Amino acid sequence: MNQAVSQLDSDGRLRHFLTIEGLKRDILEDILDTAESLSSVTEQSVKKVPLLRGKTIVNLFFEPSTRTRTTFELAAKRLSADVLNINVSTSAAAKGETLLDTLKNLEAMHCDMFVVRHERSGTAHFFARHAQPHISVINAGDGRHAHPTQAMLDMFTIRRVKGRINGLRVAIVGDILHSRVARSQIHALAVLGASEIRVVAPKTLIPAAAHTLGVHVFHDLRQGLRDVDVVIALRLQSERMQGAMLPSEREYFHLYGVTEKALEAAHPDAIVMHPGPVNRGVEIQSSVADGPRSVILQQVTHGIAVRMAVMSLAMGHRPPAEAPK
Amino acid sequence: MTTVDVDIEKLLGNIAAGLKTLLQTRKADAVTMIGIHTGGVWIARRLHQQLQLNEPLGELDISFYRDDFTRAGINPQVKPSRLPSPIDDRHIILVDDVLYTGRTIRAALNEIFDYGRPAAVTLVALVERGGRELPIQADVFGIHLDVAPDQQVKLLGPDPLRLTITESRVAHAGRGGT
Repeated sequence: MNQAVSQLDSDGRLRHFLTIEGLKRDILEDILDTAESLSSVTEQSVKKVPLLRGKTIVNLFFEPSTRTRTTFELAAKRLSADVLNINVSTSAAAKGETLLDTLKNLEAMHCDMFVVRHERSGTAHFFARHAQPHISVINAGDGRHAHPTQAMLDMFTIRRVKGRINGLRVAIVGDILHSRVARSQIHALAVLGASEIRVVAPKTLIPAAAHTLGVHVFHDLRQGLRDVDVVIALRLQSERMQGAMLPSEREYFHLYGVTEKALEAAHPDAIVMHPGPVNRGVEIQSSVADGPRSVILQQVTHGIAVRMAVMSLAMGHRPPAEAPK
Repeated sequence: MTTVDVDIEKLLGNIAAGLKTLLQTRKADAVTMIGIHTGGVWIARRLHQQLQLNEPLGELDISFYRDDFTRAGINPQVKPSRLPSPIDDRHIILVDDVLYTGRTIRAALNEIFDYGRPAAVTLVALVERGGRELPIQADVFGIHLDVAPDQQVKLLGPDPLRLTITESRVAHAGRGGT
């Protein structure tokens, strides 16, 4: 499904943002640098620039989301775009309209960009494949496949706090199996030069082919956290679990919860991240989530600048015919 | 690339003197100076010092306000704009290195007005050259340079400041920058 549609235009610049997989280091660094520039906008008293004035961006969410949708909305508004939020519960999809019909109808309203989240892997690619050439598609999470803007805001946060990504040792702890975030993070960390990427989880929550991603698999939390610079705790996605994958949440916390005690094994300056929403006392101890190592709220802040960067990069590279006269 | 044989210190002195007279005639007392990245900030720093202004110097990066964004894309190395606030009712002195098409100044004015309503804006440029595409002129400038449309005037710096002229590789392409 990836081969059918290219994320890059003929000049090798970002057109869609569907997955980190296959993107080169210069593209990812361009996103991070642009986000760095745009973060100044989000910090000044007038939090708006006219980069996307007159453009219409549709947030198309077939799956519930608060953080991702609101930060995409805020990002678009700070770029002066008009934003349309469509949630599945209130949309025609509930009445049986196909994805293609939804797409064609929104195109008929002269929208310029779709931000798509869907429970099925490949939906954003589907939109990119069928959309008219002037439309950009951003993947805001598709099934278990990818969540590239989340991974980039995590990279941005690591780079801001640790000063670099190159040479760092990173542990991703928790539900790797169901996590599109973990998949995108692993690709991004590898491209940006992390020295070691570890995944830490019980056997039932690690995909069988994990080793093909170039990660080291740990089933023991203390061993997995030893000397790491960054700990990323993932949400336990109970809603995606069928059958007995875990004995109980309490048992899971006991073995895999990121606690003060478990963090003693990590590097003294290690930071703790979480893509949210946080299940306190399940995958992370409350005092860790609120503690000095935690950068969880910075991740949320950085999400706006990173999404502004991705949107403006994807929309900024239109062919000259599309430029205003 | 050729260096323009001018005494930049002398030009700065002339500008400072001209500006002083202008501000007196206009009875402007609440003055805020703003330089446009990157060359305009270098010039503004020197003028700010020579005129002994109290209000801190403002800096503008107009990349996010450019009108050729959809064609050129954005420069990822944009510096933050810092305007000493508030700018309402202030007399703004806007400083750039080279005044060419006028599009940079248009973008800078838009950005300034997003922050408030200044009492007036005075435009200062080290160099002014032909090729205006908008009805914008400098109130005070250091020197007028007669250059062909395919030549580019550029200020190098910050220490020492040096004016250069280069031939553009493609005539008329990439215009609208300054």
